Amino acid sequence: MKFFLYIFVVIFLKFNVAHSLIEVDITRGNLDPLPIAVSPLHVDVESEKYENIKIKELGILISSVIEKNFKSTGLFNPLNKDAFIQKPDIAHLKPRFEDWRLITAQALVTGKLLIKDNKLKVEFRLWDLAASQEMTALAFTTTPSNWRRVAHIISDKIYERLTGETGYFDTRIIYVSETGPKTQRVKKLAIMDQDGANTKYLTLGNELVLTPRFNPTNQLVTYMSYFRNLPRVYLLDIETGIQEVVGNFPGMTFAPRFSPDGKKIIMSFAKDGNSDIYTMDIETRLVEKITEDSSIDTSPSFSPDGKYICFNSDRSGLQQIYTMRADGSNVKRISFGNGIYGTPVWSPRGDLIAFTKMKSGKFYIGVMRSDGTGERLLTENYYQEAPSWSPNGRLLVFYRETKSGKDGTGFTAKLWSIDITGYNERELKTETDASDPSWSSLLSK
Amino acid sequence: MTKSLIYSLAFHVSMILLTVLSLPFMIREPVDLPPIISVELIQISDKTNIPYAPKARKVIEKVKEKEKEKEKEKEKERVVSEQAPPSAKAKEKPDRIPLPKKQDEKKELVKKKQNPKEVKPEIRQASEFEKKEIIDTNQIAALIDKAKEESAEVEKIEKKLTQSSVKNSFAKGLTLSEEDALRAQIFGCWTVPLGLPYDVDLLVRIKLELKQDGTISKSEILDHERMNRPGQKFYKVLAESALRAVRICQPLRVPQTGYDKWKTIQLNFNPTEMLKG
Repeated sequence: MKFFLYIFVVIFLKFNVAHSLIEVDITRGNLDPLPIAVSPLHVDVESEKYENIKIKELGILISSVIEKNFKSTGLFNPLNKDAFIQKPDIAHLKPRFEDWRLITAQALVTGKLLIKDNKLKVEFRLWDLAASQEMTALAFTTTPSNWRRVAHIISDKIYERLTGETGYFDTRIIYVSETGPKTQRVKKLAIMDQDGANTKYLTLGNELVLTPRFNPTNQLVTYMSYFRNLPRVYLLDIETGIQEVVGNFPGMTFAPRFSPDGKKIIMSFAKDGNSDIYTMDIETRLVEKITEDSSIDTSPSFSPDGKYICFNSDRSGLQQIYTMRADGSNVKRISFGNGIYGTPVWSPRGDLIAFTKMKSGKFYIGVMRSDGTGERLLTENYYQEAPSWSPNGRLLVFYRETKSGKDGTGFTAKLWSIDITGYNERELKTETDASDPSWSSLLSK
Repeated sequence: MTKSLIYSLAFHVSMILLTVLSLPFMIREPVDLPPIISVELIQISDKTNIPYAPKARKVIEKVKEKEKEKEKEKEKERVVSEQAPPSAKAKEKPDRIPLPKKQDEKKELVKKKQNPKEVKPEIRQASEFEKKEIIDTNQIAALIDKAKEESAEVEKIEKKLTQSSVKNSFAKGLTLSEEDALRAQIFGCWTVPLGLPYDVDLLVRIKLELKQDGTISKSEILDHERMNRPGQKFYKVLAESALRAVRICQPLRVPQTGYDKWKTIQLNFNPTEMLKG
C-alpha cells in the first residue's frame, strides 16, 4: 500500500513539475536592419574571356549589386567588405562561422561564377551564422551580359528566404521622362531596372505621353498619347517593341490600367460632359460601361482577384474613393476623411489601397484597408501623386514635384519610393526628371 | 356646471404644476454614466528588487532592529494569553524536515497568533538586499510559516485570475522584473521578418534548456513540423528568426538563483501585434 502511495506521490510531483514550465511571451522585436555580409563571388580560374566584360571584376560587381539592393530595402545592413577575414573561395566552401560572427553579421552570402562556352554560371549560398548552417543554395546559367539580372534574381531569392516575402529586385519601372523648361516639357516614355540602371527611352518625345501602366502578367505596357491633339490608348510590348493603338476615344480619356489577368483595360472617358468607367477586352476590343452616374468617375483600379474595382468619384460632393463589384454593382464609399482623395490603386496583396490625398494645400501619399479603415498617411509634400505598387505590395513608387519660381526655374519632378510602414523613403535616381511611374511584375516568375 | 368644471380644471392643473416643480424626482436629469474603461489585470510580484540607498539602508536596519525587539516583547506577552487553535498541528506537512525544538516552539507560537496585524508588512515587502539580512537561523520557522502563507495566497490568486498573463506569473519561477529583463534582452536581438501575413497564427514556441550561466544547451521549436508544411514558408522564416534571436542573445539574462526552476524555459514568439502596427 505504502509503495503505491509512494508511486502516486512521485507521479503527482512529476506532473506538477511538467506543468510549471516557465513561459515568456515575446511580442515585440526590433526593426533594425539585419547585418548581412555579402562576400565577393569567387571567379573560377577556368573562366574564359567574354566580349567587353572584365571577368575578374564580375564577382565584385555582382556582389555590389546585391548589396545595393539590400541596402535600398532598409531591412538589411550590408557590412563593409574591408572587415571580411575569410577569402571568397574558402568562405563559399565552408565559412568559419565564428569569424563572420565576430563582425556582427547574422547572415552571409557567398558564391562563385564561371564563364564557359559563352555561358555565365553563377551559384550562391546563403548561410545562417547564428545557427552555423546553410539556408539556401542555388545556381543560374545565362548569357554573361545578363549578369545584372542574375544579381537581382539572387537578391530576390535571399530576400524571400530571410523575410518570407517575395522579392522585387528583378523588376523594371516605366515612367515618363521629362526634359526642358516647365512650360515646354518634352515627355518621353522611359524604362529602367528598379535600381535605376539600364534606362531606355521608348518614344521620341514628339507626342505627349501620359500614364504608362504595366500589365501584371507580362511585359506589355498601356499608355496614353496625344496624336494631333486627340487622346489615344496604346499597347506596347517591351520585349519586341511592337506598338499598337487600342482605340480612339472621343472626349477625354484617363488612366488606362490592366485587369489582374491582363486581358482587359479599365479606364475612364468623358462622353457628353460626363466621365464614367469603362472596360475594354484587349482581344475582342469590346467596350463595356461599368458606371452609370452623373458624377465624374475616374482612376479605376482592379482588386488582385479581379472581383472588385476601386475608383474616384465626386458623387458625394468632394472627390472620394469608392469600391464596387467588377460589374458596377454594390458601390460603396470607403474614404471619409477631410480633404480630397485621388488615384486609388489596389495592392497586389489585396489588403490595402494606396491613394493621393490633398488637404490644406499639401499632398499626401497614404494607404487604407480595402474597406476604408486604417487610413495611414505615409508621406507629405508640396506636390506628389500617382502611387504604384511594387509587385510584392511592400513598396510604393510615386513622383514628387518641387515648387518653381515665377519664371519656371527650380522646378523638378523626381521618382520616390516608400515602404508601407512609412519608413525608408528614398529617391530613385533617374537620368532626367520623371513622373507617372509604374512598377512591373517580376521578370523571372 | 361650467364654472365648477373650470374650477376643477384649474385646481388639477395647479396641483400637477406643484407636483412637477416641488418634487425633485420629476425634474431629475438622467444619470450620466461614466464611460466604461477597460482595465488590464497585471500580476505584480510581492517583492521588489530595487536595492535601498546606503543611507536609507542604515535607517531601515535601525528601525527593523527596534521593531524586532518590540515584536519579541509583544510575542512573549501574547503567547501567554493566546490559545492554540486545534487544527494548526494537523495542517503541518508530514514530509517536512523536523526542526530543532526551540525553533518548533517558535513556529508554533507564530502560528498560534490570531491577530492578523502581527504579519508585519515591512517583512513582506523586503527587497532582495534586505532579505539576506533578515534571514536569521532563529527565525527559520517563522520564514517557513510565512512561505506557507504566501503559497496559499498565490493559489488563491491563481484561482481567481483567468487572464493568460497568469501563466507568466512569478508563481512559476521568475518574478515580473526577471521576466521583463529576459524579454527586453530578446526584444533587442529579435529582428522581426516584415513580410509575414498578420491574419494567420504566427505563434512560434521555442523550448530551451539552459546552463546555469544562461547559455543554451538545447533548443527546440515545438511546432517544427509546421515549418515544412506547404504554404507555411513564412512560418519557417519566423521560427528561424526567433531561434537566431535566442542564439545571438545568449547568455540569457536569468536569475542567479533558482536554477532548477528556469533550467527549462519556453519562449512564445508572436509578432502579430507588431505587424498589425
